[in-house]
Amino acid sequence: MAKKHVVAAASEIPPGGRKLVTADGRAIVVFNLGGEFFALSNRCPHRGGSLCEGSLTGLVLSDDPGHYDYTRRGEIIRCPWHSWEFDIRTGKSWCDPDRVKARRFGVSVEKGAKLIEGPYVAETFRVSVENDYVVVEA
Amino acid sequence: MTDVMTEVGAIDCDVHPSVPDVAALLPHLDTFWRDSVVERGLNSLDSNSYPLKSPLTSRPEWRNKSGLPAASAKEVGDQVFGRWQSGTAILNCLYGVQLLFSEDMAAAFCRALNDWVVKEWLDRDPRMRASIVIPMQNVEYAVDEIERCAKDRRFVQVLVLAMQEVPLGRRHFWPIYAACERHGLPLGIHAGSAYRNPVTSLGWPTWYIEDYAAQAPGFQSQMASLICEGVFAKHPGLKVVLIESGVTWLPGFLWRFGKFWRGLRTEVPWVDRAPWEIVRDHFRLTIQPFDAPDDPHAVERAIEHLRSDDILLYASDYPHWQFDGDAVIPAGFSPALRRKIAISNPLATYARLKEDAR
Amino acid sequence: MNIEVSAKARANGQNTRLDIVDCDFHPKLTIEMMRPFLSNQWWVYLQTYGNRSRHGYSKGYAYPKMTPQAARRDAWPPGGGLPASDLEFLQQQHLDYYGISAAIMNPLSPTGQGDMNIELSVAMASAANEAQLIWTGREPRLKSSVVVPYEDGAASAAEIRKRAGNKDFAQVFMLSRTGEAAGRKRYWPIYEAAVEASLPVGIHAFGYSGWPMTSSGYPSFYIEEMTEHATAAQVMVTSMIMEGIFERWPDLKIVLIECGFGWLPALGWRLDKQWKRLKGEVPHLQMAPSEYIKKHFWVTTQPMEETENPDHLLEVMNWIGMDRIMFSSDYPHWDFDDPFVSLPPSLTDEQRRKIYSGNARALYQLD
Ligand code: FES
Repeated sequence: MAKKHVVAAASEIPPGGRKLVTADGRAIVVFNLGGEFFALSNRCPHRGGSLCEGSLTGLVLSDDPGHYDYTRRGEIIRCPWHSWEFDIRTGKSWCDPDRVKARRFGVSVEKGAKLIEGPYVAETFRVSVENDYVVVEA
Repeated sequence: MTDVMTEVGAIDCDVHPSVPDVAALLPHLDTFWRDSVVERGLNSLDSNSYPLKSPLTSRPEWRNKSGLPAASAKEVGDQVFGRWQSGTAILNCLYGVQLLFSEDMAAAFCRALNDWVVKEWLDRDPRMRASIVIPMQNVEYAVDEIERCAKDRRFVQVLVLAMQEVPLGRRHFWPIYAACERHGLPLGIHAGSAYRNPVTSLGWPTWYIEDYAAQAPGFQSQMASLICEGVFAKHPGLKVVLIESGVTWLPGFLWRFGKFWRGLRTEVPWVDRAPWEIVRDHFRLTIQPFDAPDDPHAVERAIEHLRSDDILLYASDYPHWQFDGDAVIPAGFSPALRRKIAISNPLATYARLKEDAR
Repeated sequence: MNIEVSAKARANGQNTRLDIVDCDFHPKLTIEMMRPFLSNQWWVYLQTYGNRSRHGYSKGYAYPKMTPQAARRDAWPPGGGLPASDLEFLQQQHLDYYGISAAIMNPLSPTGQGDMNIELSVAMASAANEAQLIWTGREPRLKSSVVVPYEDGAASAAEIRKRAGNKDFAQVFMLSRTGEAAGRKRYWPIYEAAVEASLPVGIHAFGYSGWPMTSSGYPSFYIEEMTEHATAAQVMVTSMIMEGIFERWPDLKIVLIECGFGWLPALGWRLDKQWKRLKGEVPHLQMAPSEYIKKHFWVTTQPMEETENPDHLLEVMNWIGMDRIMFSSDYPHWDFDDPFVSLPPSLTDEQRRKIYSGNARALYQLD
């Protein structure tokens, strides 16, 4: 059973931001896309580049040679090493979406007051009642 | 080697008729060009890609008394249909009309060459088919020539050289590919250079063997260009046949290209699947020369690395000296694959071969 | 960063003790490091006109890269400066992290190689070599390469002779896109001096020859420039064999760096096949072209070929010879190969030992 880990105060990851955290010894990168949170394994499924250090970009498609259709700005993370693109929402790579994916973790934002009741693991954290926290299931 | 490695009824996708000299084309040139040729003393357009006396250009016993190989429909027919029992031959004439710098002269000579092929070859042997030679010097002229020749259903392909002034994927060429698609003609890319650029990216080499070896990299560049520019996204029906390419460079090239595509594909987002998938759908390669050791096991391994039974086409490359004896198909091809490359793959590639001749 | 390190070290328990020699590591020697070794005239010249490669742009590249400086995004030193310009950071991020025991430095720019002004190349090559020695002095795991102004054969030979015998230098260093193919006579003094100094000649993919990047002119895209490095390497190897340089210098050893290697067996087959017919043209060759490849060429691994079927990669490696393949990372560039995960897992221990270090130790005479 995945445990719930309190990994950051929600205010630490503003929209468009990301943070590298650890839960259960695993490196996980948490993204905030316009208020929605997503968590992916930080380890690129290709050769292990640290996704957190990649660049945030959009989705580039084309319906005709010469046309660059650029959408979903900020929702794709490119690995800092070989530049493969990963969809932050799904963890899927663009180049081989069925076979190459960054592992996804459940993530939610919880009130500090609720966290104190458990069953949460706050590894390195002091939780205060009045704030919101990012909780990752790992 | 005594083994006859051919297939009865095969479609030989690469046979080279020789133009004896410019005079042979005179009857097919209009008066201005005919007089110009004589007045200017133009008597040879032989290309440096195939020096006439080079051992590679023809096996010695295939030359006639004056040293010219494949000089008549009869000579070619005796070898290709007689000895090797092929059923059809596709003629790719390599006379150097594509090298001319004047686009007007090039267009005139392409017309003359194609008409000469009809008269001296296609009309003499109903088993022969041919490729349309086009003046890449001017895209409009090239399209005109395709339109003019395509009416004759015995033209089954459009022929260009592997080394051009600019890479073949570049978009100003696309009307040519539209015409190919419209008429069910694959684009055949044959070894050879228009000599607009050095034959290597490191300048002009010293030896002829380097020039010939450099054809394989030349094909690699064209494959990358056609895919990267988006030719197949725009023309999903286009087939490209790499003729006399050497073949076995393909897997290594695709590994590298595929690897870079994964990281760099946003530069060319219309390339929306891995290069090897595009290659398997759109490219075909003729089997001579097949650059592999003589060892059948090595040949088998090289074929396995291609990961496709569909992409190879039977071809003798007659009269070029690529093999000894009658081993048109190198040892190491399985019997099933031999049959496939001899007939069903060519039929799937050349739409017009499925029709009855006119 | 710390968490990542420990997680990785755990996961690679035995690998961390593996002896790794990195045969392609790119230090960023800044022009300031080179300044003390340049004359005032050249310094002023550089400030005024800069380096002029054989293409149109005065700064940067003919084809824009896909990442700044073509670098891994995580290789920018936290203290500022360009990737691989900060010795301490790269020691941490690369040498210590992977436990690399030796790394061959292959400086790319600014080194003046292939500049339109050959005299400037001569001056800068020497300065680049002095600058490398500053780093080998501070970090004994680093080995230098003798950067040569390759378009000037005599000056290159002089530079090699000046460095001969200095154990800090492991090889002679050229780029693959030379103004003429590498077998041509103008480069022969380089090979003669290299053999005399018992140094292999490392040829790294890249540079601007001044000729179009394909035999059909210039391609449009950076991805094509990347694939074309392999085609340039094919014609380079062909030239070296056909010009007979290995008959002249039977002890000459060539390392193909970052050129890929998937193409090498097929090239050997092609050359052998054509040589059978065209021998008469090149009577100075005493054996089949592929035999020269086997005897005189080494390859580095990065960018590691990624085949659809992993067995095919092993087959190609076997065709080349496991004693001819040497690990390289290409740090700090974007197409970097991680020493822990980039080689095919099915190699035997013996093969891994050779590729990670054994072959390089023997070739470069590292102790
Ligand atoms: S390690 Fe992420 S793309 Fe290669």
